[in-house]
Amino acid sequence: MPSSSASAVRGTSLRAEFPVLARETRPGVPLIYLDSAATSQKPRQVIEAMTWYYEHQNANIHRGVHQLAEEATEAYEDARRRVARFIQAPSSRQVVFTRNATESINLVAHAWGRTHVKPGDVLLLTEMEHHSNLVPWQMLAAERGAILEFIPVREDGRLDMDVYRSLLERQPVLVALTHMSNVLGTINPVETITALAHQAGATVLLDAAQSVPHLPVDVQAIDADFLAFSAHKMCGPTGIGVLYGRETLLQSMPPFLGGGDMIKRVRLREFTPNELPHKFEAGTPPIAEVIGLGAAVDFLARVGMAEVRRHEQQLVAYALERLEEVPELRHYGPQGEDKGGVVAFSFGNVHPHDVAQILDRDGIAVRAGHHCAMPLHERFGLPATTRASLYLYNDESEIDKLVDGLYKVRTLFR
Amino acid sequence: MDDLYREQIIDRYKNPLMRGELDPHDYSYEDDNPLCGDRIRIDLRVDGQGQITEAAFSGTGCAISQASADLLVESVVGKSLDEVKSLSKEDLLGMLGIELGPVRLKCALLSLKVLKAGVYGVDQLEADLADA
Repeated sequence: MPSSSASAVRGTSLRAEFPVLARETRPGVPLIYLDSAATSQKPRQVIEAMTWYYEHQNANIHRGVHQLAEEATEAYEDARRRVARFIQAPSSRQVVFTRNATESINLVAHAWGRTHVKPGDVLLLTEMEHHSNLVPWQMLAAERGAILEFIPVREDGRLDMDVYRSLLERQPVLVALTHMSNVLGTINPVETITALAHQAGATVLLDAAQSVPHLPVDVQAIDADFLAFSAHKMCGPTGIGVLYGRETLLQSMPPFLGGGDMIKRVRLREFTPNELPHKFEAGTPPIAEVIGLGAAVDFLARVGMAEVRRHEQQLVAYALERLEEVPELRHYGPQGEDKGGVVAFSFGNVHPHDVAQILDRDGIAVRAGHHCAMPLHERFGLPATTRASLYLYNDESEIDKLVDGLYKVRTLFR
Repeated sequence: MDDLYREQIIDRYKNPLMRGELDPHDYSYEDDNPLCGDRIRIDLRVDGQGQITEAAFSGTGCAISQASADLLVESVVGKSLDEVKSLSKEDLLGMLGIELGPVRLKCALLSLKVLKAGVYGVDQLEADLADA
């Protein structure tokens, strides 16, 4: 029996807070949205917070002394404090606003990488990284003459921790990995990985784009040095992301982009950088989006991240059980406590594009392709997979419709 | 959308008429769409007058990409190389008889891209497809 709060997560009242979920994709065909790992839907609270800002407070922040500018600045900085609380950051000075998780990682690769990585240094990544946590390091390695190494992914979709321990003997300067795989759904044991990395003297960056939206994340408990995520995957708007960083590290880094707001003083031939976190926020930021992220964080905190996780854990267990009934379907990734709400699968010889397109006829939105993880697909010998990804607004009836749709695919292609 | 998987497409995908490789051949070209993993190779034999006498395709991918290749390759047998060069995107979409969104359009057009690259050489291709 689900607890009363768990049923509140599943209840229609919560679903009703997401306006788009009420639409039909075509007349008579309701939307079944199973693509939240790509981007989540937005609750009314987030949409209204952004509209309210534009209708009542719109002004540039930090420099103006008029009423609107002060209100906008306060709303912007208040959102930063709420984001800091949401991930248990010791201080809001450690929360830097960026465009998205990708930009957060690039910021570290530029500002930290160029000052801390020397020729011959080892950067340790994993085989399951999204391109956003791979390509910036490839670029840095090429520029600095550093060496990339990779923790292998085992057949069950988990990282090979024995190989990880032996790779640490090479004393990498950086261990950068995803907290949760966007393909396999693997929730990596980041506390252990971080502790081992620190013993070996490495700095740790976590790509938390898939974890912060779906699990309780405590940056102090994990002891991460850097953590990156995007608002749009956690009920917030596009165009705004977060970089959390250890304060001493952020202090030690030069600015990323230069311009207004990131400076304390400018002369013709020199500048003094601003304090944290403004040092890393050049130019007018996406103010409405930050306010939207603040509202998203409020929304998720109200539901409770432990409840979000519990709901998704039950739902993904149900999804795996139902999908395993379907002949010739093979899903990838672990089964158990460390599986997030992401199910990537292959389906006989039917190409994922065909699967996704036929499901779309029944209003079912899934993703087909390599999900920005080409090396991981190569690892499993797959050109592409079909991926269904879950969030707090999904329910079991939608999984049933997905399975019905897959039987239709099978009939058509038999 | 329902049109997308009408009988002709599924039938051509499951029972292609032109699947195979020609060895020897006068023209052969292969390319892929790394975003979705579709891969197509097209082989041609041509007589002294520049007329295509035999054609075949091989590869893997979605139903749209493979059915499109089968229809396209069947249509070029008996055509001259010049006629192949003047084939347009619209000609191929006409053969398929379906409307495609931007993502699936790439699947459908891979075979035309491969055919033209084989006949033309790759350099001419981009400009030509841009006009198409």
